[in-house]
Amino acid sequence: PAIAGKFGLGRTALPEEIAAWDGDISPNGTGLPVGSGDALVGEEIFADKCASCHGDFAEGIGNWPKLAGGADTLNHDDPLKTVGSYWPYLTTTFDYIKRSMPYGDAGSLPDDEVYAIVAYILYSNDLIEDDFVLSNETFFDVEMPNANGFIVDNRAETEYVQWTGEPCMQDCKDVVEVTMRALVLDVTPDQAGAA
Amino acid sequence: MSDKDNELVSSRRAFLGGAVAAGAGALTTGAAKAQTADPLITEIQPWAQGFGDGVDAVRYGLPTEHEGDVIRRNVEWLTADTVSSINFTPIHALDGTITPQGCAFERHHSGAIDLKKDDYRLMINGLVDTPLVFSYADLERFPRENHVYFCECAANTGMEWAGAQLNGAQFTHGMIHNMEYTGVPLRTLLEEAGLDTTGDLSGKWVFVEGADASSNGRSIPMEKALDDVLVAFKANGEALRKEHGYPVRLVVPGWEGNMWVKWIRRIEVMDGPVESREETSKYTDTLEDGTSRKWTWEMDAKSVVTSPSPQAPIKHGTGPLVITGLAWSGRGAITRVDVSKDGGKNWETARLAKPGEKMALTRFYLDTDWDGSEMMLQSRAMDDTGYVQPTKTQLREVRGLNSIYHNNCIQTWLVRSNGEAENVEVS
Repeated sequence: PAIAGKFGLGRTALPEEIAAWDGDISPNGTGLPVGSGDALVGEEIFADKCASCHGDFAEGIGNWPKLAGGADTLNHDDPLKTVGSYWPYLTTTFDYIKRSMPYGDAGSLPDDEVYAIVAYILYSNDLIEDDFVLSNETFFDVEMPNANGFIVDNRAETEYVQWTGEPCMQDCKDVVEVTMRALVLDVTPDQAGAA
Repeated sequence: MSDKDNELVSSRRAFLGGAVAAGAGALTTGAAKAQTADPLITEIQPWAQGFGDGVDAVRYGLPTEHEGDVIRRNVEWLTADTVSSINFTPIHALDGTITPQGCAFERHHSGAIDLKKDDYRLMINGLVDTPLVFSYADLERFPRENHVYFCECAANTGMEWAGAQLNGAQFTHGMIHNMEYTGVPLRTLLEEAGLDTTGDLSGKWVFVEGADASSNGRSIPMEKALDDVLVAFKANGEALRKEHGYPVRLVVPGWEGNMWVKWIRRIEVMDGPVESREETSKYTDTLEDGTSRKWTWEMDAKSVVTSPSPQAPIKHGTGPLVITGLAWSGRGAITRVDVSKDGGKNWETARLAKPGEKMALTRFYLDTDWDGSEMMLQSRAMDDTGYVQPTKTQLREVRGLNSIYHNNCIQTWLVRSNGEAENVEVS
C-alpha cells in the first residue's frame, strides 16, 4: 500500500537486479569484489585486449589515452595525466575498467582479469614490483602518488570575491593590441567539406 | 552531409567571398534607390504561379535546404574517434534562446545508444527505505514540471585556454544547448523510494549512471539532488532525441554538462561520493602548481557575441548593424551584458531580449550604426550574484593554462573593415 505522500508507483528492486547494475566501487573499497591478479598475467591480457589502443606498455597510441608515465609533470606546461601520475584512487581504475572497458566490449572482463590488468597498469607506472599480487586484500597497499593532489572547488574564495561588483565602463585600458590570432594556427575544419 | 548540402554550403561561401568586399559603403542614411526594376518583383515567379508541397509531403520536417549550413560540426583532431567525442551547436546562425534539438550539440563517451521506452528501466537503490524499479510508463504518472535550462559542456571553450585556436563561435562556444524540459523532480522519485531511514541527509550523495557502456557515473550531493534536479523525458515539447538521452536523462540546472547523465538507468543514495572516472581523471581542473580542483560543478557567468563572428561576417556594409549574442550563468540569472567594440577599453550596456531566467540562455542585442572601421568585439555578462565575467588574463592569473574545463573568459572577435571576423586575443 502507498505510504502517505507517496504515489505507489514502481516496484521493489530484487537483490539480483541490484547486484547486476550496482557495480560502483567507493574510495574506501566498498563494492570491491573478491579476486586477484598480478602484472605478469595482466601483461598477457593487456596485450590481447588493451594494447591496440593503449600500447604494449600502457603508453598510449596516437590520440588514445596514455595510462602510464607523466610522473611529476602536473605543474608543467603540458602535464601528462595518467593513472600513475594523476588518478587519486585505485578504486576508480578498477571500477572504470570493469564497467566500461575494453572500449566497444564493455563489461566483458571477469573480476580476476580486471585485477590483473590494474596490476599491469600499476607495474607500467613503476608503482609495484612484478611479483605483487593485487587483490581485494592487498588493494590498499598500493600508494597512489597523486592521492593528495586534489582540492575541493574553491572558486568562491579565490575568484568570486575579486570578480564581483560594478565593472569599468569607460577608458578601462590605455592600449589594446591583438596578441594572438586563430587564423595563424589554421586548425578550424573547412566548413564546406566538414560534416 | 549530402552532396546537395555540400553544394549549398559551397555556394554560400562563394557568395560570402564575393559579397563581403562589395558590401562596404552601400548604405549610410535612409533607403537606397534602385537603378533598375527588380525582376523578382516585376516578373511572376514560379512559386507565385504554381503549387508548393502538399500537406502530406513531409510527416516530420527538417529545415529548408537553404539552411543547409546550420548544422552540428565536429573537429576531428580533438578526439581519438567519433563515439567518445563532441560536436558543436551552430550558435553563430541561431537567434533567440531555444536550441533546435536537431542541431543541439552531442557529447558521448561510447556513442549515442538506441534505448526503447519498453526496454527502459530506472533503478533507485542504496540508502533508501525500499529500492525501486520504474518503467518509462511509471515515470509519466508522477507530477511533472517544465523548466528551461542551458546544458554547457565543462570543456566548452576549453581549446582556447592556451590561445585563440578555433575560428568560429560554433567551435569556441558551441558545446551548449538550451531547451525547455518536461520531467519529474528527482526529489519526487527519491521520496517514493523513501529517505526516512537514511538519517541526516546533509552528508549524503546520489550516484547516477547511464545505460550506455561508458555509464558516465557521477556523484551529486544530496542538497542539489533534492533542490532542482529533474528526471526529464521531453525537451522542447517532444521526446528527447536519441543522442540526447532518449528516453530519459538527468537535468542538473547550472551545473557542468557531464553531470546531465543521459539514458539514466540508476540512482543510488550513498554515504559519500564514488569518485568515479568522470570526477577524478576527467572533470577535475589542474591549477598552475599541479594541484587540481575537484567537484567544480557550477558553470560560471559567460557570454559570447554570436554575430558578427567568424562564421557570421558582416555582409551588408556600413550602417545599421545588429550585434547579438548569448549570455548565461550557472549561479543564477543574467542581469546585464556589456558590449565593447574596442577590445575592452569602453563598454556599452546591451539590451536583453527578455529578462534573464535562472540558469538559462539569455539573448542580448546591441543595435548600432557601423561606420566600417575595425572593431574588437567583446561581451561581458553579469549575473544576479553580482559576478562579472572575467577576462582570460584574469582566469589565467588564478588557474594557469592547464585547467582544460570551465573557461568562461571574455571572447574577442576582430571585425575587419571588410566585415570578416576573426578569433583573436587582445592585450
